[in-house]
Amino acid sequence: MSNSNHDDIQNEVVPATQSETQVNLPKSELPVHVLRRADVDPIAAARAERQVAIMFLLSAVFTVLAVVSFFAIPVDLYIRVPGPGVTSASNFALGITLGLAIFLIGTGAIHWARKLMPDDEVVQSRHGYSSSREIRESVMQEIRIGGEESGFTSRKIVRRSLLTAIAVLPLPAVILALDFGPLPQNELRETLWKKGVRLVTDPTGRYLRPEDFSVGSLVSAHPENLKEWEEENHNLNARAKTSILVVRMTPEQLRTSQGEGWDYQGIIAYSKICTHVGCPIALYEHRTHHLLCPCHQSTFDLADSGNVVFGPAARRLPQLPLGVDEEGYLVALSDFQEPVGPSFWERG
Amino acid sequence: MSQQVTRGAVDKSIDGTVKYLDDRLSTSGFIKRNIKKVFPDHWSFMLGEIALYSFIILLLSGVYLTFFYKPSLVEIVYDGSYLPLKGIKMSEAYASTLEISFDVRGGLLMRQVHHWGALLFVAAITVHLLRVFFTGAFRKPRELNWVIGVGLLVLAILEGFAGYSLPDDLLSGTGLRIASGIALAIPVVGTYVSFLVFGGEFPGLDFIPRLYTIHVLLVPGIMLALITAHLMMVWYQKHTQYPGPGRTNENVVGYPLMPVYMAKAGGFFFIVFGFLVLVSGLVTINPIWKYGPYMPDQVTAGSQPDWYIGWLDGGTRIMPNWEITVPGMFTLSPNILIPAVVVPGIMFTLLALYPWIEQWITGDKRIHHILERPRNNPNRTALGVMSLVFYGFLWISGGNDIIAQMLNLSINDMTRVIRVLIFITPPIAFIITKRICLSLQHKDRERLLHGDPTGRLLRLPNGEFIEVHEPLSDEVKAILLARTELPMLTPPAEVDANGVKTPNLWVKKLQHRLNRWWYVDQVPMPTAAELTAAKAHTLHELEDAQERGIEIAKDLPSPTKSH
Repeated sequence: MSNSNHDDIQNEVVPATQSETQVNLPKSELPVHVLRRADVDPIAAARAERQVAIMFLLSAVFTVLAVVSFFAIPVDLYIRVPGPGVTSASNFALGITLGLAIFLIGTGAIHWARKLMPDDEVVQSRHGYSSSREIRESVMQEIRIGGEESGFTSRKIVRRSLLTAIAVLPLPAVILALDFGPLPQNELRETLWKKGVRLVTDPTGRYLRPEDFSVGSLVSAHPENLKEWEEENHNLNARAKTSILVVRMTPEQLRTSQGEGWDYQGIIAYSKICTHVGCPIALYEHRTHHLLCPCHQSTFDLADSGNVVFGPAARRLPQLPLGVDEEGYLVALSDFQEPVGPSFWERG
Repeated sequence: MSQQVTRGAVDKSIDGTVKYLDDRLSTSGFIKRNIKKVFPDHWSFMLGEIALYSFIILLLSGVYLTFFYKPSLVEIVYDGSYLPLKGIKMSEAYASTLEISFDVRGGLLMRQVHHWGALLFVAAITVHLLRVFFTGAFRKPRELNWVIGVGLLVLAILEGFAGYSLPDDLLSGTGLRIASGIALAIPVVGTYVSFLVFGGEFPGLDFIPRLYTIHVLLVPGIMLALITAHLMMVWYQKHTQYPGPGRTNENVVGYPLMPVYMAKAGGFFFIVFGFLVLVSGLVTINPIWKYGPYMPDQVTAGSQPDWYIGWLDGGTRIMPNWEITVPGMFTLSPNILIPAVVVPGIMFTLLALYPWIEQWITGDKRIHHILERPRNNPNRTALGVMSLVFYGFLWISGGNDIIAQMLNLSINDMTRVIRVLIFITPPIAFIITKRICLSLQHKDRERLLHGDPTGRLLRLPNGEFIEVHEPLSDEVKAILLARTELPMLTPPAEVDANGVKTPNLWVKKLQHRLNRWWYVDQVPMPTAAELTAAKAHTLHELEDAQERGIEIAKDLPSPTKSH
């Protein structure tokens, strides 16, 4: 911190030669300090003082109002305010009063500093950061000597065994992380769908029949066994995979399908989970049969095997083969034939 | 000021405290050195302050929120006072966020202060970073503090995303679904990473409690340590200052900490805080009750992340659907990895290393305390604008569905156009910015040599018309002359004096070439001789004008007194 070696430092750390313009840098002084009104006029000073005091006092008033509104306004009261619209009265009142109470302390302090505190610019000299050559070299020497004394450099066996010990020490950390969750088995390839599982609507849980579908209508559906599974497992993992979209098309509209006989009288079902990063796909355009993911705009053509027509998704939506059971309800003919949702390394 | 005649209670308590602390911790030396520490004054120096104050406000409001929030994905049936969701199944996390919003007095206000504060925090960091970049404040000796700053930006973005995800509403759950999709895309270990992070399949029950610890303890702890280091470095190295009269590389000009900066900085904290509370009282942010609880099979149209995630989401949206599959072996997803991992990785790495990159090209190892005007380093300024244009297109793409809807455009066309523009426009922005900087350098040179035109024409006896120029004020001159030029690097020698081949010659050659490119267009500063000659000329011109009875301007400094 001492500046005693300042000249020495300067010579050491500024090796670059300056062009001659540097020589011409004006040694100009600070601009002349202009006195403010409040510096020369006692009336102006008194006014500034008054203004500051008013801001501080107003702040106190708003604090009291904030306390009052906390108690006086019920938390479930809603009011219509021009601008924000219908809003929580308590939130509105607390925000305004507390905000102003805090804000006015700030403006008061700054007004005080600007009008009444000294505003002469002050010059301080900077210090060099580099220590003197002797100190630096003695530090380097100390470190070297310390290293030698410890034997870290000379005693190879000690050094290498220590480095080995440290190198393997992170291993337990990795092992501990292995119990952060179950390791992946076959979860990403299986869903609750299987042969004969009925399609139900969400959330009413009504079984779907072919008659429920007019041409062009789109319905979001689940397997009938999802409800039971969720009651047992208390998580949403199955829901994140099983959700499907069911749509009916005329045979002329339905150009291709992922498998022969996977539709039932033009009723087809695709996974609702985007093959990009897994958002549920929700926006369907009847005219084009395009299905758009609202997250990243991947677009799939349901009339053409669910193939990607636009966007960052690389894979078609997996199709669920459909049929009807003996009671006339729509059922899956099997599970999906390929994993649903985002790609993963082992997917192959 | 006057001699201590009577000593009041305040004096006594001051004396007592100083003595008490000094007897035990010898604090007086430190206080003596620092109590009058000078800070330069400029509006742009307040940007970092805003970031700091938002962080403090985030800590305060965040602690309050932890008293009510329950980091749990256990499913319950909502029975709170928000009627539209009554009887609906949801996680405890979402239900407790609803409770904060509807059943706790001042809870919604604190939640909104926290959210608005987070948006302001990242915004202030970003603009502060741009100020530091474009004025060259990161140059030696402040490179290390620059890296800390970049680290803080990355942590702030992560922290923001973590906080955004905690309420477990439909929007934030969709964000996590995307995060899990990105984790799955990591080559080789992606599936394992995803399963370990989420405690099994997505969404599982483990992630929100884990994220909570990261959000309220781990990341803020690291940030607090880094912010402390950041401020200590600023304190020790002293603040940079803009060029101006009396400002040199060896001094710092401004106002003392006690009392002016204490009042100004302290007051500004209250202004930022008060502003955030006012906005939170007036403008709803993140109305999670409108989105509903997270369901992995539901989504809303027009899903938008917070502004600072927009560029990452945007990159993911405009990326072509490249995917590499070797059947039976593996699937690699560049369509996800490039925008979500590779591009941000490259951008933050370049950003963190920039001080050393520039230093390597310029060979500038000098200490800099005077900020550089952006025009005086055209390449840096142009690189900055170029990066901003690239970032800007990524960011716009993050809202491409909303923009397309508002402007009635086809979203597909818009995406295709941006895929092209994002590569074409940054270089154009570079060239335009660089040219503007160089033109401004020309203008500065002109002004230094000839002064400012007055708009008064003078006809000389020989019939020639000249325009009378007035000399620059000391203030302006000090700013214009503050530019310091460095000589270009000399070409590297192929062999040294002993005939030994220079190692890594191609690296040195590349450095030399870049150095040439960096400086070759630079408009030279007027030399001392040129300035002297120009001054004589201006004086002569003014005398000429005066002789002919033309008064230049009364408030101008007299030409004879100027430098």
